[in-house]
Amino acid sequence: MLPIDPTKKISFTRHICDGDLVIVYERHDNMKAVKVCQGSVLQNRFGVFKHSDWIGKPFGSKVFSNKNGFVYLLAPTPELWTLVLSHRTQILYIADISFVIMYLEIVPGCMVLESGTGSGSLTTSLARAVAPTGHVYTFDFHEQRAASAREDFEKTGLSSLVTVGVRDIQGEGFPDEFSGLADSVFLDLPQPWLAIPSAGKMLKPDGVLCSFSPCIEQVQRACDSLRSNFTDIKTFEILLRTYEVREVKMDYSQGDEAKPGSILPCKRPQRAIEGGNEQDKLSSQTVMARPCSEAKGHTGYLTFARLKCLS
Amino acid sequence: MSQNDSQSDSIQNPRVTWEGCSVLLDINDGDRLVFARLSAGSTLKIGNKTYSLQPLIGCPFGSLFQVENGDQGHCLARFVPTVEGNNIQEKGDFESQDEIKDNRALVDNNKAQSLTGEEINAMRSQGATGDEIVEALIANSATFEKKTLFSQEKYRLKKQKKYAPKVLLRRPFARSICEAYFKKYPARIGFLRVDALSLLLSMANVTANSDVLVVDMVGGLLTGAVAERLGGTGYVCSTYLGSTPYSIDIVRIFNLSNEICKRIVRSSLADLSLSQNGTSEQIHQQGDDINMECLSNNQMSSSVGTEEITPTENERSDLISETTVSPVNKTGKSTKAGNKASKQAIDLWKENGFSSLIIAAPELDLWSLLKDLLPLLANSAPFAIYHQYLQPLATCMHNLQLGKMAIGLQISEPWLREYQVLPSRTHPCMQMSAFGGYILSGIKICSSS
Repeated sequence: MLPIDPTKKISFTRHICDGDLVIVYERHDNMKAVKVCQGSVLQNRFGVFKHSDWIGKPFGSKVFSNKNGFVYLLAPTPELWTLVLSHRTQILYIADISFVIMYLEIVPGCMVLESGTGSGSLTTSLARAVAPTGHVYTFDFHEQRAASAREDFEKTGLSSLVTVGVRDIQGEGFPDEFSGLADSVFLDLPQPWLAIPSAGKMLKPDGVLCSFSPCIEQVQRACDSLRSNFTDIKTFEILLRTYEVREVKMDYSQGDEAKPGSILPCKRPQRAIEGGNEQDKLSSQTVMARPCSEAKGHTGYLTFARLKCLS
Repeated sequence: MSQNDSQSDSIQNPRVTWEGCSVLLDINDGDRLVFARLSAGSTLKIGNKTYSLQPLIGCPFGSLFQVENGDQGHCLARFVPTVEGNNIQEKGDFESQDEIKDNRALVDNNKAQSLTGEEINAMRSQGATGDEIVEALIANSATFEKKTLFSQEKYRLKKQKKYAPKVLLRRPFARSICEAYFKKYPARIGFLRVDALSLLLSMANVTANSDVLVVDMVGGLLTGAVAERLGGTGYVCSTYLGSTPYSIDIVRIFNLSNEICKRIVRSSLADLSLSQNGTSEQIHQQGDDINMECLSNNQMSSSVGTEEITPTENERSDLISETTVSPVNKTGKSTKAGNKASKQAIDLWKENGFSSLIIAAPELDLWSLLKDLLPLLANSAPFAIYHQYLQPLATCMHNLQLGKMAIGLQISEPWLREYQVLPSRTHPCMQMSAFGGYILSGIKICSSS
């Protein structure tokens, strides 16, 4: 997924090979990760796609099924991976992820600790940020979940950047071997306040911690325990509003008939964009945008804090 | 100095300041933010006094400094807080005592403080520390005891800011630089809020070894942020229309190593777009011209730089100002970021395509720009376009859809709210930024032709 090996980097000359991980794109809300395998096929509502047809095509190609249905084959990125990974837990999405990476001040070469691993959505972006020389140590107390995450990182080619450990961080804290070595720590735990003292031990002075919690009570307790060793304690909520764009026909003819003073918004949503029936000279096509009617109203609170510099 | 130790420890991520290092000074808990370059001669003005920044050299980032009355007058000295900190201690106290006290007996008649200005000045000249003055003010306040614990703390903080200012030494990162500019000079960074910037970097899959094409008309903030994520690998190529590159002055505030600076290059769009069979001589000549302009532009910008960022007049809460930088220091400053892209690099990009594209160009016509830039991207490459207005992005999205040039198209607008979290007093902050910009993101696909 990452150009750790520069020969795997996407380019005009890089083509899909046997064994590559591709993201099969049907629609923006329907994608799937597929490992390309010479003799294999992909079957979906558009028909049967032979992997052998994909090999040798550039990433970003449109490929056809036996029934002439089509999908696009994309190179995987952490953003696409977040949309296709199998949910073993609730996951973090792009807005929270981006903000966490930026606020934790993660740059290439950093050492980052994370708990829990969950489905590995954030971990994938953490790995991208610390590459090529840094490392992410991520812990989950659920043995199978950790194993599945490990398999995923193998699949996405991030194993050299991520180590998954099985450990109850709330109960035992992070392993002592990381004391004073972490540039940043990320906690997504039900009782983060239990892990905060250990996180403080792991961080370098001035290192940044982030705790993600869906409930304000968790935030409250986490902040109480942060106050002794941390400064710059800040809590945020970040959401994304998305927009839909349409070409609409604006009808101006009414303006002539209507009495002056009664200027009404005369927008008529057009059923078919490509319909192009020229009925009226007094109308024109305009591209307009409006917020989508549905959105995530809450994901979680992000609390950041910086380890006090005491030495 | 300790520079080498700290840098060999972690090249990308030094944790101790050095001479010539760029720092962010946070005065009194974010009341004022100042970018400065540390040198023996650089100074900082707080109130009506000027302090040397010399004592900050060699200190760990995150250190706190306080004004002290030394032998040679006032100076900044390292202040190590206790582990427990001076935060409000016992939550229990609050709930019990708090309920009894309220403000019914407080009358605002300016008579509560019995200490006069002359008396305070006298204390000062006798060498009293700021903290001692604050204590004296509290002792002489007739109303302090009647205040609730919260307002007592507020009072103490207010007096402390005035009589015992604290300076916090911060590492300038994309995050802090963006926040500081957004607070004070949002127009200079095209109103790009930190959450929008972080989304741009994610959406364009910026990572080590990638070749990122940017159109940065936000002062270099974008270029610097991308370079920070590349860590001295790959390239960030800042392209421009016409013959004069856009200013990337803000890049200088980042503490980017020489290795990272070398990875920041500029190239005109004409050079990037020239078909490969254009005569090499042509390319060369044009290149030399641009190189000249590039250099002169650099020189100009470095001489203008310090003033440009200094706030007009002495504003009360000036957030960003660059302290006086000794010229010696500046010339000693390492590799320049933003050299002209080499011909080999350009040829390589023509052959392979860029790995991703980010545009933050509030002043250009987006669609015509994007039409020229998209062919330079490798297939399946993600792109992210920032704009503070929705319409240009909507038009772009519509045209990309019609032209079947990209998929996964989405316009998003981040919404960011900060919370005050205190025992029994948690709520969203009263003031928030209502707008952080719009982003159009998508993935380039192979053209059907």
